Amino acid sequence: MAYLAGFGHYLPARVVTNAEIGARVDSDPAWILSVSGIEERRFAADESLVDLAVKAGEAALASAGVVAAELEMVMVATGTSPRNFPGPAVSVAERLGATPAAAIDLPMASAGSLFGLALAARLARGPILVIGAEKMSGVVEREPLEKGVAILFGDGAGACVVHPSRGRLRVIDSEICSDGAFAEDLKLEQGQPLLMNGRSVILQASRKIPAVISAVLTRNELSATDVPVFLMHQANQNLIDRVAQTLGIDSTRFFSNIRRYGNTSSASMLIAASEWFAADDSPPLTPVVFAAFGAGFNWGALLTETHA
Amino acid sequence: MQTVAKRNVSPDPDESLFDSGLLDSFALTDLVSGLEAEFGITIPDRDLNPRKFDSINRIVEYLENQG
Repeated sequence: MAYLAGFGHYLPARVVTNAEIGARVDSDPAWILSVSGIEERRFAADESLVDLAVKAGEAALASAGVVAAELEMVMVATGTSPRNFPGPAVSVAERLGATPAAAIDLPMASAGSLFGLALAARLARGPILVIGAEKMSGVVEREPLEKGVAILFGDGAGACVVHPSRGRLRVIDSEICSDGAFAEDLKLEQGQPLLMNGRSVILQASRKIPAVISAVLTRNELSATDVPVFLMHQANQNLIDRVAQTLGIDSTRFFSNIRRYGNTSSASMLIAASEWFAADDSPPLTPVVFAAFGAGFNWGALLTETHA
Repeated sequence: MQTVAKRNVSPDPDESLFDSGLLDSFALTDLVSGLEAEFGITIPDRDLNPRKFDSINRIVEYLENQG
């Protein structure tokens, strides 16, 4: 296994409040907060998906003390690539100065950065930069505006350097899973509105996320009560609370920034990790668990411990 | 249903539990867990289509099909 050596994130400057988005979909700001835990999100104006990804990637490289020329691989997870091919990874790698490192796209919403971390930890022979970047504003603004979709999402990017030999978090174990039987329940086709069967998403996520976290913890002789910090995809505060309740722990153990940024899909878990990493003062050798769930459905969990 | 809806309810057997406001996404999760505990069964995730649990009659039909 490998190490998580540094994190970074980038959020566009424009703040979109519940009042602004609510006015567009005839929704009360307080109702949006109650069903999602979101008060505001960020929308990029002139910045592209690649711009967001590059800024987060640069921050993660600086945090890890790695220069782009050292990178063995760059992975970019996104569900909002503006074109089918080439995906954003090659442009991001080129802009960062990582050429000729392999640039790999993970066209996965929400769970993409978790899959990227798990794969990178298994593959790393040199430093691998994993980025989750999303420009969801271009999606939620597609007509017809759907209230349940428009209120949730925001733009942003998060990144992590996975290193084979050093870093503050050592990767212990991971499990990543997929079930295409639910592919129609959350999907985005090019140029089309996002389609979401919210009941199915919540129902499946409420069961699958605690189950996969428990599976990874159990085989490492740990329980949820042993874990002080969970860094989960910021989909919905009510879902985060539900996962904590199912695991039998207080939801304050789940780092949350969804109130400020909304659901930034594949970027959200790494944005949360970056903010936690920058502020963390936890003692050595405490478990930290990452988890995510998204379209596909794809889901998984990754267990790390802080490393002196 | 009383437990999940957090009040005394007696829905019509064919009434949509979602449309009537008795169930929301998270309450459905509680309902499924309650059915598993009450009937001593494990409902596979693949069977968890919200439509299968949208009325009392549909829930009964699902449970009867489990034998």
